[in-house]
Amino acid sequence: MASKFINITLKIWRQKNSKAKGALETYTLNDVSTDSSFLEMLDQLNEQLINEKQSPIAFDHDCREGICGMCSLYINGRAHGPDSGITTCQLHMRMFKDGDTIYVEPWRSRAFPIIKDLMVDRSAFDRIQQAGGFVSVNTSGRTMDANAIPIPKADADKAFEAAACIGCGACVASCKNGSAMLFVGAKVSQYALLPQGKVEATDRVLNMVRQMDEEGFGNCTNTGACEIECPKGISIENIARMNREFLKGALTKS
Amino acid sequence: MSKLNSRIPEGPIAEKWTNHKNHMKLVAPNNRPKIDVIVVGTGLAGASAAASLGEMGYNVKAFCFQDSPRRAHSIAAQGGINAAKNYQNDGDSVYRLFYDTIKGGDYRAREANVHRLAEVSGNIIDQCVAQGVPFAREYGGLLDNRSFGGTQVQRTFYAAGQTGQQLLLGAYSALSRQIGLGRVKMYHRHEMMDLVKIDGKARGIIARNLVTGELERHSAHAVVIASGGYGNVYFLSTNAMGSNVSAAWKVHKRGALFANPCYVQIHPTCVPVHGTNQSKLTLMSESLRNSGRIWVPKKKEDAEAIRAGKLKPTQIAEEDRDYYLERRYPAFGNLVPRDVASRAAKERCDEGHGIEANDTNEGVYLDFASEIKSKGKQAAYALGDHNPTEERMIELGKKWIEEKYGNLFQMYQKITDENPYETPMKIYPAVHYTMGGVWVDYNLQSTIEGCFVTGEANFSDHGANRLGASALMQGLADGYFVLPYTISDYLANEIRTGKIATDSPEFEAAENEVKESIDRFLNNNGSKSVDHFHKRLGLIMWNKVGMARNEQGLKQAIEEIGLLREEFYKDVFVPGSADEMNPELEKVMRVADLIELGQLMAVDALHREESCGGHFREEHQDSEGETLRDDEKFKYVGAWEYNGSDSKQSTLHKEDLNYEFIKIAARNYK
Repeated sequence: MASKFINITLKIWRQKNSKAKGALETYTLNDVSTDSSFLEMLDQLNEQLINEKQSPIAFDHDCREGICGMCSLYINGRAHGPDSGITTCQLHMRMFKDGDTIYVEPWRSRAFPIIKDLMVDRSAFDRIQQAGGFVSVNTSGRTMDANAIPIPKADADKAFEAAACIGCGACVASCKNGSAMLFVGAKVSQYALLPQGKVEATDRVLNMVRQMDEEGFGNCTNTGACEIECPKGISIENIARMNREFLKGALTKS
Repeated sequence: MSKLNSRIPEGPIAEKWTNHKNHMKLVAPNNRPKIDVIVVGTGLAGASAAASLGEMGYNVKAFCFQDSPRRAHSIAAQGGINAAKNYQNDGDSVYRLFYDTIKGGDYRAREANVHRLAEVSGNIIDQCVAQGVPFAREYGGLLDNRSFGGTQVQRTFYAAGQTGQQLLLGAYSALSRQIGLGRVKMYHRHEMMDLVKIDGKARGIIARNLVTGELERHSAHAVVIASGGYGNVYFLSTNAMGSNVSAAWKVHKRGALFANPCYVQIHPTCVPVHGTNQSKLTLMSESLRNSGRIWVPKKKEDAEAIRAGKLKPTQIAEEDRDYYLERRYPAFGNLVPRDVASRAAKERCDEGHGIEANDTNEGVYLDFASEIKSKGKQAAYALGDHNPTEERMIELGKKWIEEKYGNLFQMYQKITDENPYETPMKIYPAVHYTMGGVWVDYNLQSTIEGCFVTGEANFSDHGANRLGASALMQGLADGYFVLPYTISDYLANEIRTGKIATDSPEFEAAENEVKESIDRFLNNNGSKSVDHFHKRLGLIMWNKVGMARNEQGLKQAIEEIGLLREEFYKDVFVPGSADEMNPELEKVMRVADLIELGQLMAVDALHREESCGGHFREEHQDSEGETLRDDEKFKYVGAWEYNGSDSKQSTLHKEDLNYEFIKIAARNYK
């Protein structure tokens, strides 16, 4: 890896808390290694701010390998920045040029209120999960053997692809309607495709959609931005499957 | 020594757990709602415990510092989970998993605990499938398996390279169900700041709401610590940025002994270090060693030419490559345990065969070329093409690799900007897991009554080296199938206690201590950031308490960390205030604990004058560079008692390890 160093200008959203008014602030940062990840670049900026006794920028992050779903950020107008199939923590500075100006904003959605600077509150996703995103089995020392029900490989693979969702919220942030249907569709699909999930499929989809609506997420109008920006490549096929399940549930549930 | 009663049940090893379960006390269903339990941490161990206890009817409060319980770092586990199902008919059994784990841990784990782990392992897979966890399957619809290090059977269940994610989301869904039903109250973005003890028993915690900064008092009849490991003491590790030792350390400071802190797992296959602003290291799953072959150039001049960019690995002829694991360990080959593979990589790089052009030239190749061809050939045959061209084999082989390891290959490509389908991966060992942790007895209870510790946060099951795919197994075993029984045995004596008030002097004092320590940091007016100190601590730890340790280095580390601690308290600068979201304040509190822990790790490593598993003392190796244990003197768990922030003052207690059912021997993977 031939590392290079670049100088950049950053326009970053600063907001003290959920009630305060926010604004874009300008920062310059020099000697950024192109091998650094985007978040390591923000670490470098924060170190500089701390050394100048200024307040560092608050942003969510944890695993820094693209799986925990904690990092977010709207970078130059795109969720998780200018690369595809990745989260912000996997975005590297080699995607930028010397002298670039980079805009960094939080997820923007009514259902994701800002906590501070670039951090948002995504607990609405947890509440949707709590409404029905599970199979109702208790912990049991007497569950049937794992191989008792064979599952066609194609179904298991599809369920896995849906279950790969990391709950980051990029789909909501990218959607002009602020819809969470890719997130909910993925969870509904995972269970709908597996025999273990079929038992409660109707209640699950009705309950999760109800909670989704209560949280203030919008509806899907098939724009497809969510699928393009999803770091895990979750397909909007899952939204279609959820709609099918929902319709079936709504018509059959007395 | 009276402090350490391991409470191992009597009887033959295969009957201990069953007999113990049959004689433990129970809490009747109508009494459970009167009992409060706190669970700190929502990874596999915490989420499974909180969900199971909620299902039973206890009043559970669960805490995590992340924005959602689903973010806990178990999510990042890649390769798989072991279980003695013997679905592959290749000779596996409960005994074999038990034996492999004890041997893999270099005979420094407690027999009874490990056997119980192996016994319940199969049930974990049943439970997860029932929850809708989408494990990988074969075309016949049954579950697929792969191999991991230190074993000669295929017992690892997986979901691509995202097994931890799928298992954690399974536990999270069970937890979510209980939250929805009101049986578990979830406190996300909350950090445990201290344990509250009343009359010697754990009775609650002080937590900080990370959004508002408010300190909160939470009482309970028992407290479960499931807060993970302490690899972040090295600054650079495969742990998440937020992973920390603080919950475990607070319990230690309140009287729980901390066992085997020097047992650290350095994972052989991680993306090598690239620069000084690097914040963390990324694991490339051990499962890749099923398919990849590890090598370095035989000739030093080839290694030099590669580092200088004059030669590509694909240009090195087969006979000029040293597949050093296959050479040294023919019986296990590339699938030797992690500590063995890591030391072998270090040995080659120390000898000048490293291939990475970084400061230390540390890196070796993990090469998939021959697997791509052989799996491509199989795939072609399956399609009826019995005479495939080389191109066809490579094309189909890449597809096979993508299905098995796609996400790992993509991660690698994004970090390094190199395509591992075309050129071998560059890898090097990095800190990954900590076998040491809070000392617990057979019931997973620490030396503080009512304080239970599960998962990576305890010390109990992996000895001096953990085998791959066993962390997920332990986390879920503890939370689903062990703790619910053992904690009930304890709680049976609590049914008459009633609600525990939070306005007692003990809660008051604990909250004031937390407040004081926050105020001290915020008013410190120092000149250097928290990260500045954390990075310095990490360097001392990596260089002197890392993959190879010696007396002189450890003595230096103990002194240097002591001085660093003094400087840290004098000169650390924390911006912002206590009553707001303040990530720097969170960090400073965690690093303060990591410094004390780091020093204790060096103290423990210095006292243990033998090599075992991940603890390699250069003075104690055989003529071929393998670990040399001293069973006469060190066949015990070293558990330390806290005596103040200078860890040199800690007192050692010993739990002797008795091997009644396994014949103790030198580990041999040759």
